[in-house]
Amino acid sequence: MNLLSAGRVAFRSLRANKMRSILTMLGMIIGVAAVIIMVAIGEGANQRISAQIASVGSNLLLVLPGSTTSGGLRSGFGSAPTLTMSDAREIGKELPSVRAASPAMRSSGPVVYGNQNWSTILQGAVPEYLEMREWNIVSGRNFTAQETESASKVCLLGRTVADYLFGTEDPVGKIVRIKRSPFTVVGVLDRKGQSPQGQDQDDVVVLPITTMQKKLAGSAHVGAVGVIMVQAMDADHIKDAERQVTELLRQRHRTGQAGIDDFSVRNLSEMLALAESATRIMSLLLGGIASVSLLVGGIGIMNIMLVSVTERTREIGIRMAVGARERDILSQFLIEAVILALTGGAVGILLGSGGAILTSRLAGWTTVISPGAVLLAFGFSAAVGVFFGFYPARKASRMDPIDALRYE
Amino acid sequence: MESKRVIAAIEVSGLVKTYRLGDVLVEALKGIDLSIPAGEFLAVMGPSGSGKSTLMNILGCLDRPTAGTYRIDGEEVGNLSRDGRAVLRRSRLGFVFQGFNLLSRLSARENVELPMIYDATPAPVRRERALSALSSVGLADRAHHLPSQLSGGQQQRVAIARAIVNTPAMILADEPTGNLDSSTSEEIMRIFQLLNDERRITLVLVTHEPDIALFAKRVVRFLDGRIVEDRPVANRYRPSALPETRK
Repeated sequence: MNLLSAGRVAFRSLRANKMRSILTMLGMIIGVAAVIIMVAIGEGANQRISAQIASVGSNLLLVLPGSTTSGGLRSGFGSAPTLTMSDAREIGKELPSVRAASPAMRSSGPVVYGNQNWSTILQGAVPEYLEMREWNIVSGRNFTAQETESASKVCLLGRTVADYLFGTEDPVGKIVRIKRSPFTVVGVLDRKGQSPQGQDQDDVVVLPITTMQKKLAGSAHVGAVGVIMVQAMDADHIKDAERQVTELLRQRHRTGQAGIDDFSVRNLSEMLALAESATRIMSLLLGGIASVSLLVGGIGIMNIMLVSVTERTREIGIRMAVGARERDILSQFLIEAVILALTGGAVGILLGSGGAILTSRLAGWTTVISPGAVLLAFGFSAAVGVFFGFYPARKASRMDPIDALRYE
Repeated sequence: MESKRVIAAIEVSGLVKTYRLGDVLVEALKGIDLSIPAGEFLAVMGPSGSGKSTLMNILGCLDRPTAGTYRIDGEEVGNLSRDGRAVLRRSRLGFVFQGFNLLSRLSARENVELPMIYDATPAPVRRERALSALSSVGLADRAHHLPSQLSGGQQQRVAIARAIVNTPAMILADEPTGNLDSSTSEEIMRIFQLLNDERRITLVLVTHEPDIALFAKRVVRFLDGRIVEDRPVANRYRPSALPETRK
């Protein structure tokens, strides 16, 4: 018997029991739809995390200033201004594994334009900072090395700040007041969205670190910087860069051996990779739970095929009497099971895709329907059909024609 | 091949069939020797449990003998595999049952096509041969009816069409008139006679009714798994022509 006529025979007997076939398919439909939706949600979460990680910048190390001991009391890392501008310069210039280094300093304060004011983060940095964080300028320009040298009162506005202070007006060239000093806005930064920690990265004003040190911070330690951001040449050089930075700073600070360092080097990429693996585990879990319902759908197919084989014992006997071989009967019932599973799978894919789109519309979650997941779901439903259809089909094909013909 | 099929001769010797029922061995056939020349029309008679159906199952290659040989045209077929027997059934044997055994969801034509579905006959050829088989049993105009829309006699004629569609060497009919009234029975038996006369198809017919056995050329009587009588039919009943088929 060729496949076409076998398919036609199978299709007819499924149509003869419409209600039963539809209900059996429903099990597959729900299973496949659940897998598609869950994978889409998991994939969406993954993609959002990846985007956030990319927004921080790639292959970054963070050098934090160390602790000080004063009167026997040891403060934690970051409490003492032990890193300097020249540390940052040396790291950027001397180390072969490092592409760039930027000193950075944070503080906060109100920014005023006209009758609008907005309290925000003030980020002191050098021009390379934007490139390291892969941060683009949508209008205007970056501040220059020259402006950094001369501690000019220029600044870049994050999108959130620009929106609140200027609305639809173009901020470039305007004067804003930061802590009562006038600053010229030279550029507006592109939107970056949320950080992996959930902060609005666009709620920021970036200005030359020298300006910040001299005009705003009022720091007791002139020349000290908050942190140094270091970018390795590439992902393979992160470990080297980490080691070289540590060695260089030990040398410069004359701290000698580990344990009494007055700084610490953190691998930012590693921390973010951790967040990524957490979402991956979540999406695997979601997919796994959904797969269970697919399994239940498969068992439903097996159940109904077993009933169908018993019910049609006489038909099997007749077919055998007129010359059907074992494999003809086997393929007839197997094809029936596969048609049930595949039709259910196809409807489930449509429903699941619709559900995923609806979820992102209603709940505002990012969902991603990947063609790979759709193909996998389709292939998996075919496999479910074959796997759960095989036992009933084999049972049918092994029947004794005489007994089958006598069956009432 | 075509001519060889028509002259098929059946040769059975020393046929034994034992069943195990629980822990009792039942000997259904106790050594049967039977020779059926090509073109024979044999009626098998005997009480229930005498072994007729067991013999029919073995002749129909639905079952294997415990011992003995079964040859069609000198070729041993008693020990074929399941699939080998299936192929033999669809190419050289036809079955007609007491209960018609048509598939209720298929039309008359599709039921007749059934044996050809399994030997990969192309669909247009299948259709053409099914229609010609149906018209030779007088049902050309019922091709699209479902079995439930046909009378018992018509259903049995569909079953006969199904049995002859692959031009078999032998048709095995197990009480084909058991569920039919006497005039319909006569109709069916005349079709059998016609097939036997015109197409030289060998016929083996199991029946309880002596009247029906009169349509055959030869009668074999079974008792307790043995043949106790084997004689030609002396006063064979041969109506001259087919009666008009009932609509």
